[in-house]
Amino acid sequence: MNDSCIEVRNVTKRYSRFALEEITLNVKQGYITGLVGANGAGKSSLIKLLMGMSLPLAGEVRLFGEPLAKKEAELKERIGYVADDSHFYEHLSIHAMKSIYAPFYRKWDDRLFRRYLDRFGLSPKALIRSLSKGMKMKLALAFALSHQAELLIMDEPTAGLDPVFRRELLDILAELMLDERHTILFSTHITTDLDRVADYIAFLHQGRLVFHQSKEEIFDRYAVVRAENSLLDADVRRSFVGIRETPVGFEALTSDREEAERLFSGFARIERATLEDIMFFTAKGVPVHG
Amino acid sequence: MQIILSNSSPEPIYGQIVRQIRDLIIGGVLTPGQSLPSIRQLAKDLQISVITTKRAYEELEKEGLIDSVMGKGSFVSGASPEFLREQRLRLLEGKIAEVLQESRSLQMTFDELVAHMRFVLEEMEETAE
Repeated sequence: MNDSCIEVRNVTKRYSRFALEEITLNVKQGYITGLVGANGAGKSSLIKLLMGMSLPLAGEVRLFGEPLAKKEAELKERIGYVADDSHFYEHLSIHAMKSIYAPFYRKWDDRLFRRYLDRFGLSPKALIRSLSKGMKMKLALAFALSHQAELLIMDEPTAGLDPVFRRELLDILAELMLDERHTILFSTHITTDLDRVADYIAFLHQGRLVFHQSKEEIFDRYAVVRAENSLLDADVRRSFVGIRETPVGFEALTSDREEAERLFSGFARIERATLEDIMFFTAKGVPVHG
Repeated sequence: MQIILSNSSPEPIYGQIVRQIRDLIIGGVLTPGQSLPSIRQLAKDLQISVITTKRAYEELEKEGLIDSVMGKGSFVSGASPEFLREQRLRLLEGKIAEVLQESRSLQMTFDELVAHMRFVLEEMEETAE
């Protein structure tokens, strides 16, 4: 048995104005993986491929060690999915929606579902169209968590949520991770959600996977360097992932913290990079593909 | 066991955990044989990643301060008092190095530094009286 819950092998998917190119990504069982990238980087397209909602032009997606294409229904029973917008019937009550949803899952747990509704302050009688965006998100989460899924896949679950529920969601995720059989993959562009709670970060930029590493490795490796412009020469420039220059100094991202500390010791401020720094400078630095 | 993390500290999160648990063990707050929260429990309580917590525990294991038993969890090791003293000396050395560095940047000679330490010690004794 290998410990990958999701295996994406050389997957390519082309749309008229956008393409995911040769993505290879293994998501480890027992951990939280954050999928980050700017709007339009390909996060949702990749998640759709994982959910079998779109088919790759080339390559293969495997879940729990089995090819998704061959055993889609069976594999999906083991996944809890939260879409980036509500995919429930607006005119139904929560209870009526559940009557449609639950029979798809052999392991549907009605008591658990009611417990989540309670916890999220949702009434079974409420009409779905009467729910706010945040409440719809909570409802989607309650559905996703009530059939003993081992893998939770969420597309931008925190977008449009207030900070109170964002924290609550992170709490729920942390609770799920007490069980090492659980795996969570979620996409977000709000990187502060991931700064603490994520184990691995996969970074997509313009349809390509820039890196996929443990957050510890990333934070060890990357650093932000701030110093006077006079230190910038061609070699120094080349050593950075991205640079932001102003008349009063420069700010740059290095992917080799030790080397930068050796090079600039005493002449620059070298600080821990946040995921946001890494995203920003990488987007600035990477040459644009056609 | 209490662990307080700072988000604004330049010290990485795993380092903060290592330092705080080490201090609790060396200070005798955590005693040999006492069990520590599981890696996943601590990650949940601190709302940090499992890998960060794992890294902290591995570091503490390397220092000989805790033992991890497969399937049972992690415990404060039964290290001898001499060993713990050695650990504390190592911490002290780190602090001395910091003081030396600071005095160098103030361009103090070693004798001046020693004189200054004596002065601080006298002040401490006065306030203690």
